Amino acid sequence: MIIANNVSKQFGSLKALNNFSVTCNKGECIALIGPNGSGKTTFIKTILGMVVCDSGFVTVNGFNIKNDWKYRSKIGYMPQTGRYPENMTIGQVLEMMQDIRGEKNQNNLDEDLIERFEIKNLLHKRMRTLSGGTRQKISAALAFLFNPDLLILDEPTAGLDPLSSEILKEKIIEEKKKGKLILITSHILSELDDLVTQVIYMQDGCLCFHKTIEQLKEDTGQTKLAKAIAQVMLKQ
Amino acid sequence: MKKVIKYVIIDILRNKIMLAYTAFLLVLSFSIFSLEDNSAKGLLGLLNIILIIVPLVSIVFSTIYVYNSAEFIELLVSQPLKRKTIWMSLFTGLATSMVLAFLVGAGIPILIYQADVTGVMMIVIGVLLSVIFVAIAMLAAVKTRDKAKGIGIAILLWLYFSLLFDGFVLFLVFQFSDYPIEKLMVAVSMFNPLDLARIMILLKMDISALMGYTGAVFKDFFGTGTGLLLSFSVLVCWTIIPIWLSIRKFKTKDL
Repeated sequence: MIIANNVSKQFGSLKALNNFSVTCNKGECIALIGPNGSGKTTFIKTILGMVVCDSGFVTVNGFNIKNDWKYRSKIGYMPQTGRYPENMTIGQVLEMMQDIRGEKNQNNLDEDLIERFEIKNLLHKRMRTLSGGTRQKISAALAFLFNPDLLILDEPTAGLDPLSSEILKEKIIEEKKKGKLILITSHILSELDDLVTQVIYMQDGCLCFHKTIEQLKEDTGQTKLAKAIAQVMLKQ
Repeated sequence: MKKVIKYVIIDILRNKIMLAYTAFLLVLSFSIFSLEDNSAKGLLGLLNIILIIVPLVSIVFSTIYVYNSAEFIELLVSQPLKRKTIWMSLFTGLATSMVLAFLVGAGIPILIYQADVTGVMMIVIGVLLSVIFVAIAMLAAVKTRDKAKGIGIAILLWLYFSLLFDGFVLFLVFQFSDYPIEKLMVAVSMFNPLDLARIMILLKMDISALMGYTGAVFKDFFGTGTGLLLSFSVLVCWTIIPIWLSIRKFKTKDL
């Protein structure tokens, strides 16, 4: 579903992505793991077209993202820090996104998270008055709202309370069962254990490995993802 | 595209600065027209103030607005929308609001006191200047990442168009006063939309005699239909070129 081929991106003298190639298929739940500044968010932003790569290409569903923009209607994106127009209310933001996405058949919307996070009680609140956690909830609700085939979650549980992060994890597992492709970055590896099926490990903008979780556990002789990754990081 | 424009305009209209700007123009125009017993004189006074205020407010407000919409732009870019659509919607929304404010604030008084060709021309030029300086502001805002720097550049650009350029022209005139440079002056004035606007209105008011021989040359050029058409097209180019450059830049900008 996503094919990245020799993608490079440079910010000044920093190489955020260096000849990065990867293929992600439908039905997988992939964890993007790597130290801070290893290019995870840059890669995600490249898929979304928010960052334009210097060389190489990315295709989503067979469309080269350079010439196409409609492919983004199939993507649900939850940013690391959700930034929204400050003087709009939550209700207005939700309404605006539905309007822009042009989802006329309302029954196609997945309002599950809006209900479970009890966002309906907060609709009149202005975005600037929200706490970091509530913003994360809005971002999550928006990412799942349009029933996308591809979910990109950048540090989804950072800042969420334990209850909400459980709700979100349940939701991710439900979506995974529906055969969607899910990309997650997170530093809390223990959370990823029961979610992911594959691991992409990045360092300094390069791909270190892309393995299934069973393969990784077998190679390192560990039963927990956190321990397996720790062992890989030590080796390098 | 219409949907995004709608949200931009709603957001700007909610902004109190736009209301204050409209009210300020309204009070200014009415007071100038009622101070002068001759409405043509009033129009001249209004012209000088409009040539300063309209570009200043357009360029500063638009630059700040683009920077403050960074979150909004970021949100839209990750949605199924073309970057060109997002940028053009932002431009259209800003330009529409500035034009509306000008039409209500200055257009209505002008139509009340001086509803002739000169008055209408003044309104058209005010509208064009509003749009031109929104376009220039968007170019300044897309070129620099830093907000303070971007606003500084916007103010410097305004200073350049309204003061520095005239100084440069005066310098040119004094240095080359021995040569017949009147025709050259016509060409030079094309490089500043404010000068072009001023000359077009002054000539319409039939006070070109005050400007001596240069005035006669200007009258020869701007007074004709082709000259007028050419100057209007130059003003339109002053909108299209900055906005085209800014779209080109925005398309490859990292957010």
